[in-house]
Amino acid sequence: MSTVLRIILQRLALGLLTLVIVSIVIFAAVNSLPGDFAQAILGQAATPEAVAAIRTQIGLDDPPVTRYMLWLYGAVQGDLGISFAQANFTTFTGSSNNVTVADQIAPRFANTMFLAGVTAAIAVPLAVTLGILAALYRNSVFDRAANIFTLSSISSPEFFVAYVLILFLAVLNPILPSLSNIYADMAMGARLKATLLPALTLTLVVTAHMMRMTRAAIINLLASPYIEMARLKGISPLRVILRHALPNALAPIINVIALNLAYLITGVVVVEVVFVYPGIGQLFVDSVKIRDIPVVQACCLIFAAAYILLNLTADILSILSNPRLRHPK
Amino acid sequence: MSVWLWIVLAFVGMGVLAWVGRRVGQMATSNAPRFRDMPYGVAFGYVFAAACILGGIWLWFLPGAVFFRWAVQGFVLFAIAAFVFRLVFRHVGTAATKRLFRAMPLTAAFGILVIIIYAVLAIFAGAIAPYGQSEILGAANVVPGGDPAMGGNPLYPLGTDQIGRDILSRLIYGAQNTVGIAFVTTLIAFFLGGSLGFLAATVGGWLDQLLSRAVDVLMAIPSLIFSLLLMTIASVWADGEKALLTVYMILIIAVIDSTRVFRLARAVGTGIVVMDYIEAARLRGEGMGWIVFREILPNAMAPLLAEFGLRFCFVFLTIASLSFLGVGIQPPLADWGTMVRDLGPFINFAAFAPLVATAPLMAAGAIALLTVAVNFVVDWMLQKSSGLKE
Amino acid sequence: MSRLLTISDIYLEGRSEEVWQPIINGVSLTLDKGEVLGLIGESGAGKSTLGLAAMGFVRDGVRIKSGTVNFDGTELTTASAETKRGLLGKRIAYVAQSAAASFNPAHRLIDQHIEAPVQHRVRSRSESIQDGMDLYARLRLPDPDHIGFRYPHQVSGGQLQRAMTAMAMACRPDLIIFDEPTTALDVTTQIEVLAAIREIVEQFGTAAIYITHDLAVVAQMADRIKVLLKGDEVEEADTRTMLSTPKEDYTKSLWAVRGFTRPVKPPVPAGQTPLVSIQGVTAAYGKAKVLEDVSFDIPSGRTVAVVGESGSGKSTAARCITGLLPPVEGQILFDGAPLPATYKKRSKDQLRQVQMIYQMADTALNPRMSIGQIIARPVQFYMGLRGSALRNRVNDLLNQIELPPEQYAHRLPSELSGGQKQRVGIARALAAEPRMIICDEVTSALDQLVAEGILRLLAKLQDELGLAYMFITHDLATVRAIADSVVVMKDGRVVEQGTKEEVFNPPHHPYTDLLLSSVPEMDPDWLDNLLSSRGVDNIGDEAADKISVES
Repeated sequence: MSTVLRIILQRLALGLLTLVIVSIVIFAAVNSLPGDFAQAILGQAATPEAVAAIRTQIGLDDPPVTRYMLWLYGAVQGDLGISFAQANFTTFTGSSNNVTVADQIAPRFANTMFLAGVTAAIAVPLAVTLGILAALYRNSVFDRAANIFTLSSISSPEFFVAYVLILFLAVLNPILPSLSNIYADMAMGARLKATLLPALTLTLVVTAHMMRMTRAAIINLLASPYIEMARLKGISPLRVILRHALPNALAPIINVIALNLAYLITGVVVVEVVFVYPGIGQLFVDSVKIRDIPVVQACCLIFAAAYILLNLTADILSILSNPRLRHPK
Repeated sequence: MSVWLWIVLAFVGMGVLAWVGRRVGQMATSNAPRFRDMPYGVAFGYVFAAACILGGIWLWFLPGAVFFRWAVQGFVLFAIAAFVFRLVFRHVGTAATKRLFRAMPLTAAFGILVIIIYAVLAIFAGAIAPYGQSEILGAANVVPGGDPAMGGNPLYPLGTDQIGRDILSRLIYGAQNTVGIAFVTTLIAFFLGGSLGFLAATVGGWLDQLLSRAVDVLMAIPSLIFSLLLMTIASVWADGEKALLTVYMILIIAVIDSTRVFRLARAVGTGIVVMDYIEAARLRGEGMGWIVFREILPNAMAPLLAEFGLRFCFVFLTIASLSFLGVGIQPPLADWGTMVRDLGPFINFAAFAPLVATAPLMAAGAIALLTVAVNFVVDWMLQKSSGLKE
Repeated sequence: MSRLLTISDIYLEGRSEEVWQPIINGVSLTLDKGEVLGLIGESGAGKSTLGLAAMGFVRDGVRIKSGTVNFDGTELTTASAETKRGLLGKRIAYVAQSAAASFNPAHRLIDQHIEAPVQHRVRSRSESIQDGMDLYARLRLPDPDHIGFRYPHQVSGGQLQRAMTAMAMACRPDLIIFDEPTTALDVTTQIEVLAAIREIVEQFGTAAIYITHDLAVVAQMADRIKVLLKGDEVEEADTRTMLSTPKEDYTKSLWAVRGFTRPVKPPVPAGQTPLVSIQGVTAAYGKAKVLEDVSFDIPSGRTVAVVGESGSGKSTAARCITGLLPPVEGQILFDGAPLPATYKKRSKDQLRQVQMIYQMADTALNPRMSIGQIIARPVQFYMGLRGSALRNRVNDLLNQIELPPEQYAHRLPSELSGGQKQRVGIARALAAEPRMIICDEVTSALDQLVAEGILRLLAKLQDELGLAYMFITHDLATVRAIADSVVVMKDGRVVEQGTKEEVFNPPHHPYTDLLLSSVPEMDPDWLDNLLSSRGVDNIGDEAADKISVES
């Protein structure tokens, strides 16, 4: 067991290191901005006093390394700074009740997680089942139809799928709302209904990916000599699948799921914009448009962290399910 | 919730029908192997397929389902076109292309046909499009069809957009802009990622380590997120210069995408480098140039070409998404992502006049159609090369 | 004796490139209870497909076109899946070529062992485990009470193969199909698996179909032998008749392969500088030492065979000579002068003098270059020939390897057979006009007849051009055929070296003795004699482990 533990610790350390380096990359990218971006935020008409106030407030006078350290130190503690939009607002009004980036992100982050959760709950079982079926009945009509359908689904941009669904399920047949109006204390049923259309959009795209990958993994597995051996022992087909294929298929399937959940993170941005879903993706895009650097930086870090975490989970789970590592010589 | 109940009931019904059907088949044929050894899943599949076909026929005759009929008609039309296209090229052309088309599945023929159509549209956009891409012609009128009785204008077959530009012309110019930019971006990504990947594979050692770790870090940031971040910064640098911003976008996406190309090129490269014929060339005393260009590259072409198709789709979708989000290709250049963003809200009026949904769906569909086509071709190429290995 | 299995006039087809190609064309066979039938043929003869069809099983992309398979009264070609499942594993069992791939990596050996008896309700779980341990003991697996609780990757190849035989025996089947069970094993390991299989098959009176390409192996195992060629039956007879008086030409040619030998060359004159001299070479991959203090000479114009089992370091020695793996200690002399340790520092002429031919001709030739281009490159590179001079030289080389230039020069490697590809590899080496060629297992991936052709070609070229060969092989029959002197290696050290006569005739070093005596011979009594001389408990790699190489 110690070898496995050692490898897992190594992977964890590597993941952490990657995250730190990624944070440096994000920070460095943002700090490559030309000139004085306090000026850029406030526009040409800003008074020098306002610019100076912003500079000190967001610490632009410190050297980059110090600023990075402070930012990282803050980020670890959940303090992601104050958004420029807010800073701008407060300098004009003179008030001091700043809404921090963390305050802005937290509720939206929860909303996004809800959307991703609903999507995963539909997509994962559906995709894995369909993928296994396609692998079992490979080269059949079903498999070929599924191949064409999934390829088309992967190829379509998320907004195409989204608008088609809106057209059919919200406009022509008003079953679901076309805009996701989510607010803080909504009833679970209403919330689910408002989330369903964006979740379905993401499901269509992610399921296609996941199903193809599951199919490939299972086909690869079914070609192994030990599956043939099991069949030649006269074992029933169900038992061949459950006892001989499944334990070995677990690692590839888990990998597929984690990879696609990571893919969800990217897909969520576009879908949230289409449905005006109040999640972190929409906030990100809005902040990008008004160049609200602290928010962009924070969102980027959260997306990257989630992405790294998912890949890390996949990595660790596949290590755990490998008998060669679990039972060393 | 009654919708869900119906769906569940329908599935249960099909399940029962499948079991009964198989049983009847077994009894009627006195246990012929076809029915005797039929797994339940297959029986269910037959019933399910029959249900889908019946449902399709029902939808076809439903008066409100305009888009469904269009979709089916379009599907059949394209299938026939692809079939004819394949049939023609089985008899026209060199011996090699004839052989190629003889073993080609219909999906791949469809893909090639679509790619050719797009290429022609993109290259000759100026000659084909009836109006200029930024010409403001009249009042906004998104009703397509050009039938005045339905509210359309015969001068503009697909209508005019929200500030009165001809939608058809913009769709055609969109092919030039969106596809052209995506193509250039992919080329740059390939040049960058491919050369570095092969270099890492052949040289190995610390250079390989350095490049691979750098790529690992860049790949740890989701690509759309990373490009949005960099586009924010680029927009400050470009300072309102729209052409410059487009150039930045090309470079940013090319660099981000080159990491994926690097991974593949390196993997393919290391796979080839361990081959004995590379060892033989090294022991002969061959230089790096010969080894890379004569021994490795020709053998890496097939997977690289397939990857080029996939990368192109990915870049194309990324650019479309960025444009859709408003930070990609900048107006007044016509491009499909922006068109979907601008015309998308009209879909909400489709309840009153279904046809107004046509324009945004066509722009989005244009994107989807090309990526589907490329994916079909790539899928065929991959299957062909993996089939050769067996 | 009563009839167990009757296959009559069976036609099998396989799907490739969307059309059905014949694999087996109307072969019939019968098998009585307790009888062992040997199926022999070269690669592509369809023997594995036929073996599986005897179980009523076809792989994906294969179908039974016509014919019948009758197992003890049950017609398997039309039986329901359920009926077949009831027979498979219980009355008909299978032993696959690669035990490592055929055991499920996720379960312990014993759990896989008891699956068939428990599922077929032959025995209870605990009885099956007890029986498994008993079978492991009968098959002479070390520590039979505990070895079953290991995972497949924790057990060696030869032991896994015996564990798979035990698994096939779990339900005491009437018929076992052995599909090349020892092909992937070293000779010393092969012996113990063969002995174990034969012993247990005899004990339980099990009928068996033994599929192999190795005549000498099948001679030990089978009562009757059937020879297949490209899906057709060539002939069938009981083992002794078949070995002594084969009827068909194809069978005779198979038997004759082992007859190839070369006349003994006069001894190398004393004091002549050897062409290549390996002096005290020690080499390592990272920290793992793979060669220790290896020294031997390769005289000009002679063949030195380097013999050993997998992991003995024989290929590593070649990598040291070519400069791919610089030695940690020691040096390589060429014509008396030391060669730079790494190939990167050697001159073009030094590189030209030593050429290499690889085991896998598939990976040794660039698949995107034509045969002409492959052979032309060294000519162009070293001799600087161009135009018609280059073309003529390439044609000469193609003629030397007996491939007509007008037919072959423009072809790609994928359009050639395995033996032809290996000939192209030889031509590429010759093109550099070297003084020595390293042949790394050049015949082991080839069928016997083809391999013999390659050996004859190499011998002819040596006589014509005065080449020196370093011939790396694990096959002692090849050594007998072609070598002038022999170097025996084990665990990275040289165990014994000398002229062929010295090494092949007693007194031997104990390891050489083990190696020599483990090579199966065509005599059907060979295995019996060997077992009685060595004792059943002292065969195979356990015996090899007892031999110290330090002496």
